[in-house]
Amino acid sequence: MAKLTVNGEEVTLDVPEDTPLLWALRDEMRLTGTKFGCGIAQCGACTVMVDGMPRRSCVTPVGSIDGGFVETIEAMEGPEAEAVQNAWTNIDVPQCGWCQSGQVMSATALLRMNRVPTDEDIDNAMAGNICRCATYVRIRRAIHDAAETLEG
Amino acid sequence: MRKLAMILAVVAAPATAETVNGLKTADEFDGIEAEDERSVALFEEVLKVVEHPRCLNCHPKGDTPLQGDDMQPHQPPVVRGANNFGAPGMQCTTCHGAENVAFTTGEGSIPGHEPWHLAPKSMAWVGLSGAEICAQLKDPERNGDRDLAAIHEHMAEDGLVGWGWHPGEGREPAPGSQEVFGELVKAWIDTGAACPTGS
Repeated sequence: MAKLTVNGEEVTLDVPEDTPLLWALRDEMRLTGTKFGCGIAQCGACTVMVDGMPRRSCVTPVGSIDGGFVETIEAMEGPEAEAVQNAWTNIDVPQCGWCQSGQVMSATALLRMNRVPTDEDIDNAMAGNICRCATYVRIRRAIHDAAETLEG
Repeated sequence: MRKLAMILAVVAAPATAETVNGLKTADEFDGIEAEDERSVALFEEVLKVVEHPRCLNCHPKGDTPLQGDDMQPHQPPVVRGANNFGAPGMQCTTCHGAENVAFTTGEGSIPGHEPWHLAPKSMAWVGLSGAEICAQLKDPERNGDRDLAAIHEHMAEDGLVGWGWHPGEGREPAPGSQEVFGELVKAWIDTGAACPTGS
């Protein structure tokens, strides 16, 4: 059992406390925008925000974040999220798309902390988000584009 | 006669019997009469923990942590960041929670503790000799401005140090226990905190 606020809605999850957050989001709440990739925090596909910080939901037991605030791709909002979404669609970042909700989460988290990231800042922030279609060049460009939008 | 020799051998080895999980206890060094020699011997026992992968992996040389019993570069390829807690957008807490978490999909676990971070760069141990580590530990310029009492407190009581003996499935614990380790550090300090010779 765990109580969370997910995308602004208070929910009580009637699942064992060691259930990964990713399982709870996808199977209990049907929020399937967050993807399963590796299950061992190696690929970043399952990234969500927990209390405003990016978190790999596949290795986060719901009991460990009881009372926490979770934000998923379905409800990302704010200037950074909007800038990322626009930049992503403007240059068609995704190919197959499987990893992209995790990529968007990490990119948004970076821009919330650093409005003017360098290539190195981007590489460091995105190092844990793997893309099997190798869209890395477009991801980096889109983050720069989003940063420029935010800086006006 | 052979039986007597065996009995004597067992009686003569009580010190070994006190050893905890591969780490000698402080009183096993009481037989070394010269205090300076005893201090060095105690420190060399302390090194069994300090130079274990559970400690070295987060006291790396450079900006990248190591991981695993074979001390491979951390995957994903993270960096220490300005405050040793990772880079903005990819902090340690992105993956490491407050406790070890067993993988749901297979064997192994992801380590966790609150807080989870690298030791500062000045406290790097990888690649240093025992003598160099000893000198660094006693140098306030490199040890976080700690006196020896604070060094003992860090070794004996810090929770993240203590994680080294409870690392979760898939990782070998550090030798001994934090209690035995703390007593060794205290005995080393009480005997003058002598360092091994060598570079």
